[in-house]
Amino acid sequence: MLGLRKKNLFVIIIMLVLLFLFSTVQARKFKVAFVYIGPVGDAGWTYAHDLGRKYIEKVFGDSIETTYIENVPDSMESISIFESLAKRKYDIVFATSFGFMDAVLEVAKKYPNTVFMHCSGYKTYKNMSAYFGRIYEPSFLAGIIAGFMTKTNKIGYVAPVSIPEVIRITNAFALGVKLVNPDAKVHVVWTNSWYDPATEKEAALSLIDSGADIIAQQTDSAAPVQTAQEKGVYSIGYNSDMRKFGTDSFLTAPVWNWGVYYETVIKDVMNGSWKSENYWGGMKDGIVDLAPLSSKVPTNVKSIVEVFKQAIIKGDFHPFQGPIWDQNGNLKVKKGEILSDQELLSMDWFVDNIVGSIPKSSE
Amino acid sequence: METLENILAAAIRSGTPLLFATLGEIITERSGILNLGLEGLMLIGAIFGFIAAYTLQNVYLAFILAMVAGALFSLIHAFVTISLRANQTVSGLALTMLGTGVSGMIGRNYIGQVAPKFSKIDLPLLSKIPLIGKVFFSHDVLVYVSYILVAVTSYFLFKTRLGMNLRAVGEEPAAADSAGINVFLTRYFATIIGGALTAAGGAYLSLAYTSMWIENMSAGRGWIAIALVIFSMWEPYKAMIGSYLFGGIMALQLRLQAEGKINISSNLLMMLPYLTTLIVMIVFSFNEKFRKRVGAPSALGIPYSREEKT
Repeated sequence: MLGLRKKNLFVIIIMLVLLFLFSTVQARKFKVAFVYIGPVGDAGWTYAHDLGRKYIEKVFGDSIETTYIENVPDSMESISIFESLAKRKYDIVFATSFGFMDAVLEVAKKYPNTVFMHCSGYKTYKNMSAYFGRIYEPSFLAGIIAGFMTKTNKIGYVAPVSIPEVIRITNAFALGVKLVNPDAKVHVVWTNSWYDPATEKEAALSLIDSGADIIAQQTDSAAPVQTAQEKGVYSIGYNSDMRKFGTDSFLTAPVWNWGVYYETVIKDVMNGSWKSENYWGGMKDGIVDLAPLSSKVPTNVKSIVEVFKQAIIKGDFHPFQGPIWDQNGNLKVKKGEILSDQELLSMDWFVDNIVGSIPKSSE
Repeated sequence: METLENILAAAIRSGTPLLFATLGEIITERSGILNLGLEGLMLIGAIFGFIAAYTLQNVYLAFILAMVAGALFSLIHAFVTISLRANQTVSGLALTMLGTGVSGMIGRNYIGQVAPKFSKIDLPLLSKIPLIGKVFFSHDVLVYVSYILVAVTSYFLFKTRLGMNLRAVGEEPAAADSAGINVFLTRYFATIIGGALTAAGGAYLSLAYTSMWIENMSAGRGWIAIALVIFSMWEPYKAMIGSYLFGGIMALQLRLQAEGKINISSNLLMMLPYLTTLIVMIVFSFNEKFRKRVGAPSALGIPYSREEKT
């Protein structure tokens, strides 16, 4: 009897030891959390970030553990979510909406052992970085393509809500058009929502009916691409590669590659070289890019786009270098000057080859 | 002329998902059941329709399955409000949240996927009529289905025995009960049919308007439909006018922007349909006689139980 009991005890001890070992192995896993403002199913902003999360899962395999929390409102209520992630000893927390900024800052001050990465804001702390991508760079390149390929000189642009980010990217696109085709105009239609496929389709149709032969967009859904396909005009997507929705019409799309950046951040934190910064990466860092060009784009256009891409990457060229005029003919950027990041971040005017006005305060 | 045709055709197109949902809610409310779950039901219709179209590669079957899904989903509301006599507002709101969540969850793997969609069919002869042809008879099949549905719903509600019973239940459930009408069954029937039609409106978005799934793709259309029920004074033909008016204003403001001729804020134009509804509601809350005449079901939102009768 006693022997059996001892045996049992032995087995239990072995199991406990194994459990302990197992749990320490578990704990050594690097924990990364993502806090999203929208659903991962928005096919746009949050979806692109979640592709980044999946990418790092693939890159790091078993050495990391990721989690995500979606549909988090960007009010101060989000504090409790950041706090609980920090308490659960997450090594890095990515917060992917501007509105999380103050909540993240508050929690970052209280939990110095977690690295907080805040997307699209400007506040930093010793364990909190701000990061964003210059997607206006590939948008400028997309504009070059549109400028070359339009025959009616009328390019349609489906825009979501009028905040500086959207205005900046639309302007970059229009400047790309203007560079190669000063006669072409970019007609902007606002849908006043980030994604609403039916309204986006209707917006694209209204542009096509009024003579646009290329439809570009900054809204999230692929509805404009799909509509262009139906109507036999070209399309330029946004956020992610949308060619599936317009096999004949799709030319390219400015896309986010968050995964590339997330990989660097995680590596830096892992080997202790991470430092708080205010990061606004561009094509040279790989965080943004132009989706592979369709075979419809002529070879000479492709090579011109490539030249400008390299020039932007090397820093020899900036999409917002002067002279640039606004819609009222005022010279906004003098020849030889470049808009500062501060001016880019607060942009509230359209360049001169855009037709359409900016609705006031539509958040 | 062509511009006018385009705008009017766009009005019909963007009004159609609203029309399906509004017709559904009219039937439900006529029986005395208020269903605020339209937004959730539309999403259920949109995702089930899309999944079915993706898997079966057949849009007609997909559309029917979407309606079945909507019918089953609205059964929850029917059970909670009719059998359990719970608060209809609360249950309806819960249905919206549930529908949003469920559709988001099961739709996760369908984002970025492509499925077949309803294609445009020009009706022979009819589509050749100047102006009218292009506006009314150059759409996908579902638009034509919605035309027929308006007539059928109106005929059903005002000309058939079953329809009259349904309205009686919505007006005076106790009296209807003593006249031998099964109040519970009638309300179940109205809620389920309403759910199916609302889901059809959602399926229109993912199978005909566009062919894709995105979370929350109904984008508030369920709420517009609830407003439209009041706007249309619970009458199918007026629902048609209301839906196309809403759709038309939206299409018009986009087109004004595209032409570059707009100086009015697009936000303001988008508000117009809601303002109209508000005015209708104000007028009719002030005037009891008007309220009677326009046909708001008297027993709307009130649970019915035999014990309370006496």
